[in-house]
Amino acid sequence: MIELDRAGRSFKVRREVVHAVRDLSFTIAAGEFVGCLGPNGAGKSTTIKMLCGILTPTSGRVRVAGLDPSRRRTTLARRIGVVFGQRTTLWWDLPLRDSFELIRLLYNVDRVAYRSRLDELTETLGLGDFAAKPVRQLSLGQRMRGDLAAALLHAPDVLVLDEPTIGLDVVSKAGIRDFLRRLNSEQGTTVLLTTHDLGDIERLCRRVMLIDHGRLAFDGTLDDLMATAPGRSTIEEVVTRLYTTGRETAR
Amino acid sequence: MSTRRSQGPPGPAAALNPLPAARPRAHNPALPSADPRAGPRTARHRAITLRRCETIPFHAPFHAPFHAPLYARLVRYGFRKHATYVWGALAGAFTNSVFGVLRAYVLIALWEARPGLAGYDVTHAVTYCFVTQAFIGPMQLFGGGLDVPERIRTGDIALDLVRPASLQLWSMAEDLGRAGYLFLVRGIPPVLLGAALFGVVRPSGFAGWAGFAACFLAGWAVGFAWRYLVALSVCWLVDDRGVQVGSLVLTTLLSGMMIPLPLVPGPLGELVRALPWAAMAQAPADVYLGTAPPLETLAFQASWAVALLALGALGTRAIRHKVVIQGG
Amino acid sequence: MVSTYILLAWTWARAAMAYRASFALMAVLGTVLAATDVAVILVIFANTTSLAGFSHDEVLFLYGASNVAFCFCDMFVGNVDRISRHIKAGTFDAMLIRPVSPWIQLATDNFSPTRAGRIAQAAAVLAYALAALDLDARRLWMVPVMIVTGVVIFASLWTLAASVQFVLTDAPEVVNAFTYGSGQLTQYPFSVYARDLVRGVTYALPLAFVNWQPGLYVLGRDDPFGTPSFMRFLGPVAAVGLALPAWLAWRRGIRHYRSTGS
Repeated sequence: MIELDRAGRSFKVRREVVHAVRDLSFTIAAGEFVGCLGPNGAGKSTTIKMLCGILTPTSGRVRVAGLDPSRRRTTLARRIGVVFGQRTTLWWDLPLRDSFELIRLLYNVDRVAYRSRLDELTETLGLGDFAAKPVRQLSLGQRMRGDLAAALLHAPDVLVLDEPTIGLDVVSKAGIRDFLRRLNSEQGTTVLLTTHDLGDIERLCRRVMLIDHGRLAFDGTLDDLMATAPGRSTIEEVVTRLYTTGRETAR
Repeated sequence: MSTRRSQGPPGPAAALNPLPAARPRAHNPALPSADPRAGPRTARHRAITLRRCETIPFHAPFHAPFHAPLYARLVRYGFRKHATYVWGALAGAFTNSVFGVLRAYVLIALWEARPGLAGYDVTHAVTYCFVTQAFIGPMQLFGGGLDVPERIRTGDIALDLVRPASLQLWSMAEDLGRAGYLFLVRGIPPVLLGAALFGVVRPSGFAGWAGFAACFLAGWAVGFAWRYLVALSVCWLVDDRGVQVGSLVLTTLLSGMMIPLPLVPGPLGELVRALPWAAMAQAPADVYLGTAPPLETLAFQASWAVALLALGALGTRAIRHKVVIQGG
Repeated sequence: MVSTYILLAWTWARAAMAYRASFALMAVLGTVLAATDVAVILVIFANTTSLAGFSHDEVLFLYGASNVAFCFCDMFVGNVDRISRHIKAGTFDAMLIRPVSPWIQLATDNFSPTRAGRIAQAAAVLAYALAALDLDARRLWMVPVMIVTGVVIFASLWTLAASVQFVLTDAPEVVNAFTYGSGQLTQYPFSVYARDLVRGVTYALPLAFVNWQPGLYVLGRDDPFGTPSFMRFLGPVAAVGLALPAWLAWRRGIRHYRSTGS
């Protein structure tokens, strides 16, 4: 479903070339639930943005649902759902309900399918209480639920989330996690998420990838991850060790 | 103090929020006094406060009796704050220069048809055009430039109002820094370009430059006082865009930025040359050209500055009443 | 494309019209603001009967023809020059994940029908000038052609202005000199400007084809700068000649978009 082959993206910052991502290769099959870890500035968001066509890779090959995201961006948009935890993709001044209606029309979602899908999402995400409010008036938790619904209205095959639980309280987090798990298991939607919250990884992801310095530092199951550091008992300890050793070898 | 306050003229806030006149107010020395009659009458105070603006916190022990260092620092901060947007300012200078060139050609064509019109020759007209374009940045002729509306909208204004310093003077000091920076970066380039392309006149001698400097500052003061009033209106309006655009129409048309005001014929011309907007661009430009007497011009500008600043002081008091005292 | 545009514009228009009083006020004030340029022309002609060889009504004709096109573009395309704000705020990312061209999303973003007042104002001036001038009716076919040409030229300019901002995110105001400057430039007969400037806006940036060259044909006048008469009909060619590089620049800009933040 998602395929990266030696993909790279570099930026020119004051005549110096900075490689945000380099030679990144991985494949994610349909129906997988993959979590992506990495320290700040490791290249996670750049990778996500290459997957949805926002950034054009400067080297290598990217395929999502068989399409080159940067060349077939608008075609791909109908098959992929994207959520940015740090910023909303909804229309700030429009009521949530109007944002949804707009998305229905933008994506050409059939009215009947839209109705049943929206009812289902309203039910599972509990959107009913605030659907009439403008997005700018929503709390972070409400906004995130709205963003999730918006990303799923057109029934995408792939859902990509960049830090979906950032800044949420424990109850909101649990709600979002439960929703994502059911989405993956019941509807078979492929999910790729980046996070700093190890709870997301523990509770959701069967497969973990660790990106550091723009490269893949680890790719395997949660058990594999724990096995990389035998004496350590918690995932926090394991990940902290991986982050710091990554820094040392890079120096 | 609270009883004396109620004897004052009812501000707009009082009209909006009828309140028992003798509502007791906690006497907190950290809160600025709203009493216009309070305060030491030192010469310096009069010099910087213009009619002893009532919001100066004379009871605040840690600032009394002299605030000049505070405001001097605010001027510097205002300057520095705008210095971080150097590219934006240069882009503005570029745009002002381009418009200067386009308008200059139109005025040249007009003065070729009517030499000596309005007491200007062609070079005067061209100079007028570039000088008024140079005023757009420092005088902020397109409006805005103040943080007050955003602070009112977010409610942060309450924090500003409990500071032991006048909101109006505070904003004015920051705005002076802004004007100083934009004078350098957005003011000078258009005039230099005009000089290079068409040739411009200059004030003659020290007296000429000093007169221009004084009238420039006075023009800025009128401009600030007006923008401050516009900014305060946010407090009473749900949507302030109407006031913003209204102010924009008045300022661009009546300041002389688009066309020299002496060209406006008849009694209408008399009227527009006497309004405060004329003090913002037409008046300092005329002193720059040497086509108006500096002292009389300065008196005209100063009277508008005092009148508008006094209105702003009243408005500040009304806002404090609304925000701090009533917690609205 | 067109239906998506209308749909998005309509959604924004509905949101804007929710506050009726402020909507009406903005429509009126926007019209007044646009009319300040006419006021300047009227003040100029209160002092003279002819400007660089052109009469009051002729200047109003040139102003009206250019401004109908300019205000039309300002309303329907002008928002694309707010792209640097969207880039800085990160909202441009959200536009790129939708199955609709980001150009359309930008153009319709915060679309406000209040700007229609300006088009009406310009159209009224044009209608007045056409009625007041004693024109050859066989030449009036050029009026709609020049307006469409003007719309394409201004829309291309705005697209170029937006494309430049992929690089110039720090000083987006610089493009105003080209977009609004072009609107200002075409308000007056080109005979007021210097020969070199007119050459530049004829052969480099084809602003002369918005209203000057075709306008000379409608008015039945010779070019004071002595260009051959076939130039009066080259407007559509010039418009396409500008639209093409604008479209390429936009595509290039998108491919070089760097996104912001983490």
